[in-house]
Amino acid sequence: MEAVLTQAFNGLVYSSVLFLLAAGLSLIFGLMNVVNIAHGSFYMLGAFFGLGVVALTGNFWLAVLIAPIIVAAIGVAVETGFIRPLYRRHHLDQVLLTFGFTLVFYDLVETFGGMQIYTLATPGILAGSIHILGNVIPVYHLFLVALGFGVGGSLWWFIDRSRIGAMVRAGVDDSNMAAGVGINVGLLFTSIFAVGAALAGLAGVAAGPELGIYAGMDVEILIPAFIVIVIGGTGSLRGAFGGSLIVGEADTFGKAYLPEMAMFLIYILMIAVLLTRPDGLFGRAKAT
Amino acid sequence: MVSILIAVVALLLPLIFGGYFLDFATEVLIFAIFAMSLDILLGYTGLMSFGHAAFFGVSAYAVIILGADYGVSLWLGFIAGIVTAVIAAAAIGFFCVRVKGIPFLMLTMAFSQLIYSAALKWRDFTGGSDGIGGVSRPNLFSWSLYDSNVMYVVALGFFLATFFALKRLVDSPLGRSFIGIRENEMRMRAMGCPTQQYKLLSFIISGAFAGLAGSLYALFNSFISPDAVHWAMSGDVLLMVTLGGVGSLVGPVLGAAAFLGLKYFISSTTQHWLLIIGIIFIICVLFFPRGIYGAVESLEQKLK
Repeated sequence: MEAVLTQAFNGLVYSSVLFLLAAGLSLIFGLMNVVNIAHGSFYMLGAFFGLGVVALTGNFWLAVLIAPIIVAAIGVAVETGFIRPLYRRHHLDQVLLTFGFTLVFYDLVETFGGMQIYTLATPGILAGSIHILGNVIPVYHLFLVALGFGVGGSLWWFIDRSRIGAMVRAGVDDSNMAAGVGINVGLLFTSIFAVGAALAGLAGVAAGPELGIYAGMDVEILIPAFIVIVIGGTGSLRGAFGGSLIVGEADTFGKAYLPEMAMFLIYILMIAVLLTRPDGLFGRAKAT
Repeated sequence: MVSILIAVVALLLPLIFGGYFLDFATEVLIFAIFAMSLDILLGYTGLMSFGHAAFFGVSAYAVIILGADYGVSLWLGFIAGIVTAVIAAAAIGFFCVRVKGIPFLMLTMAFSQLIYSAALKWRDFTGGSDGIGGVSRPNLFSWSLYDSNVMYVVALGFFLATFFALKRLVDSPLGRSFIGIRENEMRMRAMGCPTQQYKLLSFIISGAFAGLAGSLYALFNSFISPDAVHWAMSGDVLLMVTLGGVGSLVGPVLGAAAFLGLKYFISSTTQHWLLIIGIIFIICVLFFPRGIYGAVESLEQKLK
């Protein structure tokens, strides 16, 4: 029983990281109909910028603050400069464009970072572990889970309760109509893209001590993140949340109890969901 | 008429030059077949797949495994490879055509990654990450395929056969239906077209020719590894089709040549192949949505 609880909690940690990515991906797709293949790249960039900040200042918290901001700025540049001209075009063109960016970012990271695996040291106050219910749980794991829930809760409150959140919801439902009632859809799009990028960057830094930092981490997190939003359904925070829980736990338990099947498990899950519920478990088909 | 002349010259040039250029040209022809096959699915039927390498790789594996472990002649293996690809395409396509757009993209990638994982894990059968080699190119009657000229002519033969077969397909009523599905599937359905079956058919035909390319690749390379089924390979062929010009059949051929040419040229001078192809690709998507072929066509229009 103890082992199961430990695994369940480990799954929560992975779910948290996935959620940070999936939330952004889902919102971006739900609102803008843009499939941001470069989202994994934002995650990777955030991690490496975080490394840089720590190298320069020695302060982990500064990295957690600054890296997402830099990544958000990159996101704004990409969205306004490259994705915006493509809104009128087929959304698969955007897939191709963001795919191109994936190659560019990967090469840049590999050039400056090399192929080695870096580790980010756990900051002092989050080091060590505590005992809960007979399990030994690293404090940093608690931090990651808390971060995931914290971000999730804030996003949910923001989208559900604030005026801007209402605009986002309107945009997700029907962006043409939203523009029609006077919402500045362009600004909204750029902002959400930036927020999504920032979240991905945050995930990269935060997961650094736990999952390691290396060129190639972009692809390794992207596919599970996409599986999350496909399973959970796009455009909904609930979907990102539910999906990341499912994928995080399934992958963790898979690796623990069925190591031979582990690689296949989440793919099979996704195939099963797609075939029975093409819109995802919590998704809604868009109006436009 | 001029373009046909240029094409004939271009196709004969490698035989004149020989050497590395000949081997390079053979590889281009093989990937041109691969790219054209994807164009049927993507360019003509409008289905973007990120898992096309599955059929290419599965076929190549069949050829090599049959040859290395069971001593089957590579020509028989060749046919077996294509059959394997067709079966895989039918099975995978059966599931994938039930969804559209992004779910379709993800599903094709998922299946292809599944096959990649299997190729990696199933060491006893597939050699895992080491791959399988140890097969030799067969003879074509009395000619040895180790003669680069012969290998090239074989590839050329299959390339021309593929090109004319697919040209015939896209000009046929079936091909027109594919285009109709790409343009407006709902309307096609309303007109009584069995779009689900046609999409599956497109998937299978596309997979079959990808398998043909895979079999040729196995023959040419005499070696296979999971890289051939990795989604990076699917990404490469997608890049070739898009760079060359989606939905034009000729475009993907140009795209394959350009992509591979760039790859070898750039890789020999710098490490930053991905950066450069990424930038080229971004520029292509933004400013040349119809690819090289589209740009050439526009130029022709302007010069008239």
